[in-house]
Amino acid sequence: MLTPVLSAHWDEADAFSIEGYTRHRGYEALTKALKMEPDALIQLVKDSGLRGRGGAGFPTGMKWGFIPQGPEGQGAKPHYLVVNADESEPGTCKDVPFMLANPHALVEGVIIASYAIRANHAFIYIRGEVTHVIRRVQEAVQQAYAAGHLGKDIQGSGYDLELVVHAGAGAYICGEETALLDSLEGRRGQPRLRPPFPATHGLYACPTVVNNVESIASVPSIVLGGAEWFASMGTEKSKGYTLYSLSGHVKKPGQYEAPLGITLRQLLDLAGGMREGRSLKFWTPGGSSTPLLTADHLDVPLDYERVGEAGSMLGTKALQCFDDTTCVVRAILRWTEFYAHESCGKCTPCREGTYWMVQILQRLEAGNATESDIDTLLDTCDNIFGRSFCALGDGATSPIVSGVQLFRDEFLQHLSGGGCPFDPVASTVFGGVLS
Amino acid sequence: MADLGMPATTVVPDGIPPLTDETRREARELIARYPRSRSALLPLLHLVQSVQGYVSPQGIAFCAEELDLTKAEVGAVATFYTMYRRKPAGTYHVGVCTNTLCAVLGGDALFALAKEHLGIGNNETTPDGSVSLEHIECNAACDYAPVVMVNWEFYDNQDPASLRDLLDRCKAGNPPAPTRGPSRLVTFKEMSRVLAGFNDGLGQEGVTGGPPSLVGLEIAKQRGDVAPSYPAQES
Repeated sequence: MLTPVLSAHWDEADAFSIEGYTRHRGYEALTKALKMEPDALIQLVKDSGLRGRGGAGFPTGMKWGFIPQGPEGQGAKPHYLVVNADESEPGTCKDVPFMLANPHALVEGVIIASYAIRANHAFIYIRGEVTHVIRRVQEAVQQAYAAGHLGKDIQGSGYDLELVVHAGAGAYICGEETALLDSLEGRRGQPRLRPPFPATHGLYACPTVVNNVESIASVPSIVLGGAEWFASMGTEKSKGYTLYSLSGHVKKPGQYEAPLGITLRQLLDLAGGMREGRSLKFWTPGGSSTPLLTADHLDVPLDYERVGEAGSMLGTKALQCFDDTTCVVRAILRWTEFYAHESCGKCTPCREGTYWMVQILQRLEAGNATESDIDTLLDTCDNIFGRSFCALGDGATSPIVSGVQLFRDEFLQHLSGGGCPFDPVASTVFGGVLS
Repeated sequence: MADLGMPATTVVPDGIPPLTDETRREARELIARYPRSRSALLPLLHLVQSVQGYVSPQGIAFCAEELDLTKAEVGAVATFYTMYRRKPAGTYHVGVCTNTLCAVLGGDALFALAKEHLGIGNNETTPDGSVSLEHIECNAACDYAPVVMVNWEFYDNQDPASLRDLLDRCKAGNPPAPTRGPSRLVTFKEMSRVLAGFNDGLGQEGVTGGPPSLVGLEIAKQRGDVAPSYPAQES
C-alpha cells in the first residue's frame, strides 16, 4: 500500500549526506542521463506521466518541452531552471522534511532537468523561514560541486551547470511561480500577467522552467527505473508515487509515501485513525486553498481527477484533519486572515475582498452578524473568484464557499447563540492545560 | 521617515554595529553568484541583518549603492517581505505558529502564554534585547503541531511547559538545541548569514527528521510495503 521511494532511506542517520545518498545509487541517474540526448530525457519524463507536485498537477515533461530551443529567437537566450522550494501553503509540509532528509535527490534532479532543458544556471528558491533546511541544501550543493556533479564539464560530459541556493524572506505569494521569478530578480514578489509564460519569458525574460521540489526530486528515479516503472504506480491519469502529509487530530501524523489514488480512509487506517473518542469533522485534501471535504469523502481516491470530481483539488496532498471539537468558523476565519495578510496588494478583488471577508467572518465568529452577512460573504467570494490576478484570490474563497456549503448550520448557530459554541481548549493537543 | 523604509539618514544608531568594508566585500561575493546583480538584493538584505540585526537606514543605502538602485527601490522591497525587520530583533527571535492547524491544536494558547510570560506584544522585543516575539504563518511543519520557531529553527510539538522553559532559557542566553536542527541554536545574526548565502557548516548536524517524518517509512517496513524494484534492464 505504501511505496517509499523518496523517503526510502530517511531512517539512516546520514541520509542527507553525499555518502548516504550514493550508498543507494545516488548520482547514477545523472551518469545515465548525461549519456542521453536532452530531448530523449524530456520524452522520458513525458512518458512517465509525472505531473507537478506543487499543487497544479501540470505535466512536468510537457513543461520542459515548451522551452524554445535552437539558435534563434527566445531559444538563443540563456535558459534557466528554478526550483520552487517556497513551501508555504497552509497544511503543506512535504518539501521541507524532504529537503532536510534527502537534499541530494533534489540536487541530482536539478542537474538532470537542467541538462534536459539546456540550462547552464539553476536556482533553488527556498523559503527563508527554515534555516536548517537551507543549510542542508547549501551543503548538498557544495558536496555535489566537490564530487564533480556541478560546475564545469560535469562528469567529463562537457556539460556545465552553476546551481545557486537562494533564500526567500517571508512572503506566501512567492510560491506563485511568476511572483517567485520577480522575487528572484530582487523585486517585490508580485505575480506577472500571463501570457507570456515563464517557458518563453521567465527569469530575466528568458526561457525558464519552474518546478516544485518533489517533481524535480522524482526525476532521478524515473531515469533509473524508466517511464513504465514509474507509471506502474498510481491511477490512469495520475501516475507514480507521492508524499501525502497527514496532520491534525490524527494519532500518527506525518509523511506517508504512496501511489496516487490512495484514499484518506486507507491513510487514516495506517495512521491509527483520529485521536481517541473523536471523529473526523472536516479536512483539506491539499492545503487551505482546496475546498473542504468531510467524512463523506473518505473513500475518494486521492488523485488529480477524482478529488476534482468530488468538488475539491488534490493540491499539495496536505491532509489536514480536524475532529469534532473544532469550530469550522474559527478555522475559516483564521485561514482568511492568512490570505488577507499575504495578499500582495497588486489586484483589487483580492486585496479588498480578503480584507472585507475577515471583517465579516470576525463578526460571524463572535455572533455579532446577521444571516445576510453570510450572503454578503459568498457574494464577495463570487467577486474574487476568477477575477483576481493569480490563484491566491481564488484560493482564499475555497474554505469559505465550501465551509458555508457544508456547515451552514454551524454558522447560524454562532448567530443564534450569540457566539462560538465550541470550547477551544477541547481541540488542543495538550487539553489547554496552561499550568 | 524610517518607518516607511525611506532612510533619511545613514547615521548608525548607538549600539548598532556599522556595516564595514568586510560587509561590502561579502556583498560583492554574493552579487557575483547571480547573472544579474539585482537578484542579490534579498541576500544582501539578509546580510545587513546579519550585521545589524535589522534592516537599518544605513543598510538600505548600502544595498542601493552596491546594486545601483535607488533607496526607494530597496525600501520598497525590504518592506514587502516579513522577515526583514525594521527594528532590531532579539538575539533569539521567537515565532509561534497561529495559522489554522497549529492555532487549533494549541498555537493560540501558546502565543497568549508567550506574550504574558515575556511581558511583550506581537512584534516586540524584551527590554534587555534577548527575545523578540511574533505570531507566524504556516511554517511547513504541520505534522509537528503546535510549532514554535526560534531564529527559524524548529521547536516541534510544543506545550505550555516546554514553551515556558524555551523562553526562560532564551532569556538566560542558554537555549536548548532545536528539535530538527544543529546541536546548538545560533543567534538571529548568525542565522541571517546562512540565509544570505554563507553556509556555517552546521548542516551535517542533527536528525534526518523527527518521528512524524519517519512514521510512514516505519509503517511501510512493518507491513513489508515497498515500491516496485527497478526493472533489471534499466538498472
